[in-house]
Amino acid sequence: MTASDQERFPPDAKDGRELPGEDIAPGDERLGGTGVAHGARGYLIGFVLAAGLTAASFYFAHSTLVWAPSIPELLIVLAIAQMGVHLVFFLHITTGPDNTNNVLALAFGVLIVFLIIAGSIWIMANLDAHMPTMNQVMDMQR
Amino acid sequence: MTATHPDDPNLVGHGRHRDVPGQGGGGPAPTRIVVGYGFWIFLLSDIVMFSCFFAAYAVLHGATAGGPTARQLFDTNLVALETGCLLASSFSCGLATLAAYAHYPVKFYAAMSVTYVLGLAFVVLEVREFAHLVSIGAGPQRSAFLSAFFSLVGCHGVHVTVGLLWLLTMMAQVFAKGFRRDIMHRMMCFSLFWHALDIIWVALFTVVYLLGVIQ
Repeated sequence: MTASDQERFPPDAKDGRELPGEDIAPGDERLGGTGVAHGARGYLIGFVLAAGLTAASFYFAHSTLVWAPSIPELLIVLAIAQMGVHLVFFLHITTGPDNTNNVLALAFGVLIVFLIIAGSIWIMANLDAHMPTMNQVMDMQR
Repeated sequence: MTATHPDDPNLVGHGRHRDVPGQGGGGPAPTRIVVGYGFWIFLLSDIVMFSCFFAAYAVLHGATAGGPTARQLFDTNLVALETGCLLASSFSCGLATLAAYAHYPVKFYAAMSVTYVLGLAFVVLEVREFAHLVSIGAGPQRSAFLSAFFSLVGCHGVHVTVGLLWLLTMMAQVFAKGFRRDIMHRMMCFSLFWHALDIIWVALFTVVYLLGVIQ
């Protein structure tokens, strides 16, 4: 650990143990020897990837280049890819052992989000399909 | 920590990192980790809350009650501009975080100001879009689709507005107190918040605007 690293990440009332053994918070990243330049490069890569994916989303929404019925799936795939780019390059979520708690919390969040959205759409579509039409309701009341 | 045999099957995959704090060994985690993790849990719960609005929108997007549909209302050029503002502000927020960690005051204030201007541009564009929709009779009272639209997009807009207030607070705190450790914890939480809002916006412009206009 260099002196400038000490200043950037004060040991926080812990022993001065070396960084690689430490847990890291979400949003944290290990600044290597090159420090700020290295960090800025990560944000720049993320920004370029995200901008490219966004541009692709807006382009393909109106394009005739791909088979039209597949466009919704394409847009969803591009959106999920861009969320991944944001998580990795902006929020610095990694697969490292120091990040397992963050990844586990994220996985649980994604599970709940999936249950809420997929479950709502499924149940409401099912109710809608079983709902009698207005004519049938009138017949029943007759 | 009790001495264990290196081949203990309970330690497979954990051997090298037994002493990582926050994973049962090595004592309590540093404040920085606890603060960041706690805020991460809050952000995930916020995303779960947004997922409820998304679910409501997904169920109600066809319920236009004879009123205007997504295809007739939304202008993707405006949305592309909003997206560009928010994405660029996320990038400059990242640079501001780096400047804060490196204790560069001028670069920090510059990057935070750019973030503020881009975030404000986003909010102004969104408010103008909402005002336009209300003026042509497509307000939240018109149909269930528009109620779901205004509550979902408006909720994100309120988050960005609160984030802008927080951004000014962070600049003021750094100005008054410097790059102190507790101030840096708050700065870390702010940047997490700002990046998370951008992730929600990615889902939002895809599901609401792009999927809306192609249907």
